[in-house]
Amino acid sequence: MSTLSERETRDAAPHRIGLWHAGVVVSTKTESPTGRSIVLDVPGWGGNIAGQHADLRLTAADGYQAVRSYSIASVSNGDRVELAVDRLPTGEVSPYLVDELRPGDQLELRGPLGGWFVWTPSLPGAVQLIGGGSGIVPLMAMIRSHTASGSDAPFRLLYSVRSPDDAFFRSELDTPTPGLDVTWLYTRVAPEGWGRPPGRITVDDLAGSAFAASLSPAVFVCGPTGFVESVATALVALGHDPHKVKTERFGGA
Amino acid sequence: MAVISRGFTGRGRDHTPDLPPGQYLTADFPVLSAGPTPDIDTADWQFSIRTDDATLHTWNWDEIHALPIEDIDTDIHCVTRWSKFGTSWRGVSLDTLFADIETTDGFVMAHSYGGYTTNIPLDDLLGGKAWIAFEFDGEPLDPEHGGPARLLVPHLYFWKSAKWIRSLEMMPADQPGFWEQNGYNMYGDPWLEQRYW
Amino acid sequence: MGEHVDGNSLAGPLSELFAVDLTMASARCLGCGDVSELARAMVYPDPTGYVVRCSQCDDVLMVVVQEPDSVCIELRGMAWLKVPR
Ligand SMILES: Cc1cc2nc3c(=O)[nH]c(=O)nc-3n(C[C@H](O)[C@H](O)[C@H](O)COP(=O)(O)OP(=O)(O)OC[C@H]3O[C@@H](n4cnc5c(N)ncnc54)[C@H](O)[C@@H]3O)c2cc1C
Ligand SMILES: [Zn+2]
Repeated sequence: MSTLSERETRDAAPHRIGLWHAGVVVSTKTESPTGRSIVLDVPGWGGNIAGQHADLRLTAADGYQAVRSYSIASVSNGDRVELAVDRLPTGEVSPYLVDELRPGDQLELRGPLGGWFVWTPSLPGAVQLIGGGSGIVPLMAMIRSHTASGSDAPFRLLYSVRSPDDAFFRSELDTPTPGLDVTWLYTRVAPEGWGRPPGRITVDDLAGSAFAASLSPAVFVCGPTGFVESVATALVALGHDPHKVKTERFGGA
Repeated sequence: MAVISRGFTGRGRDHTPDLPPGQYLTADFPVLSAGPTPDIDTADWQFSIRTDDATLHTWNWDEIHALPIEDIDTDIHCVTRWSKFGTSWRGVSLDTLFADIETTDGFVMAHSYGGYTTNIPLDDLLGGKAWIAFEFDGEPLDPEHGGPARLLVPHLYFWKSAKWIRSLEMMPADQPGFWEQNGYNMYGDPWLEQRYW
Repeated sequence: MGEHVDGNSLAGPLSELFAVDLTMASARCLGCGDVSELARAMVYPDPTGYVVRCSQCDDVLMVVVQEPDSVCIELRGMAWLKVPR
């Protein structure tokens, strides 16, 4: 049974090898003071499933190249790809993507990549999503896939952000969606009158708001490496089967 | 046909005179790790040199601090193409540590806490060219940058300056260390761009 | 600081070399015997390559160095790699 669904996931995960596709920026949207989403048109892309990522390659006029990975926020069968990027002030690529890139600009993408950190509507059972900062991106794709397919798998999201302004996809997440339960966690600044004082995610937050280990949900955790490690440790302490916990570390915070 | 991304220049890559070929200057101190950062208490820390006759010369944290400590001002060059000018360190010269050691072996394997290894000719460690460093920029060397103590061999690419240094093992012939087994140059001179085999 | 990422991020670089998604393959660690998908391993990236370590015991499973004209892959810590088809 589980082998069958894993097999389906794998078959559903498109895997086109090694090729770089030219992409053109269609639009950008400010998501937070430090982040924005970017929609690209990538002829020949051919779609992706929820949770996959792309490698982005930027080439400077003198031929210098830089490659970074970005999760895909969109789910489609077509050539549109939506990314969302948070600026790392000392970074080489993310400040360019957040501050400089504009419609009509070109870059290259490779993918869709990864058949492991993915969710498809054919997977049965409860799903717990846990995201920190820009770690919402692949989880957003899973939420969109869940909504679009009418899947009746119960979904819960725990989304940890510095302050209310730092949330990506805020209005979409604030729109009530059947079968999706969203819990916000604020690490620095909480809205006026918010019950929980600002602070990093704890075992108690997980015990209080996430699906219990006894329901054996599929758990997807994504965000900065430090965030993912503390959540994964806490989940195992709460009795979650490590095999049901999948992680996507984005690297240094 | 190349796809150029308008406005993308990449991290400052202007060539600066006094830099080895292919290097760019950075003001930060990028962290590159081949593995998890080991957590080493200075109370348990030991550094040793093992010679051909299997004699072990060992210093603990207090013992190494009792030796003459030098201030080192030097440029450093990483194989991943960043260089940093005028870094300041404090540590003990390997001339001091090798002072009482007799050996006929010409090569050294540096071993780190955490299992990392790198090979260096003995001549490159002597003559005021290498140190066991435990301070950077006036502060104790932090674990991400190799603390409590790292090897410092600034005239070679920085992967030779093994973080979390634990011991030096004398070898009669040159043997490849961790990166050297996988394609990095056995010697690693930045001025000759000796990056790969 | 913890800069390492999941083995899942190897999907792109490995797609230059292999026709299947190797991150879905399972490897047996020589150090501790753990069998996991490569996607679960820990990857320490740097611009010239990466070190892939067992998520259970931190032993090195694989080292990849990208040289200008070739890619050097060492599979020092794996007893085997089982690739789904
Ligand atoms: C699978 C995956 C998905 C991700 N998804 C997102 C996302 O959806 N949104 C988001 O904001 N971030 C995401 N990230 C993080 C993203 O890839 C970048 O690390 C981040 O944007 C910072 O990049 P930078 O160039 O600004 O910073 P930098 O500090 O310049 O680089 C960041 C990291 O890239 C690596 N690196 C540096 N130089 C090179 C090089 N020459 N070649 C290859 N690697 C190098 C290093 O490990 C470094 O730690 C994801 C990361 C991974 C692994
Ligand atoms: Zn292991």
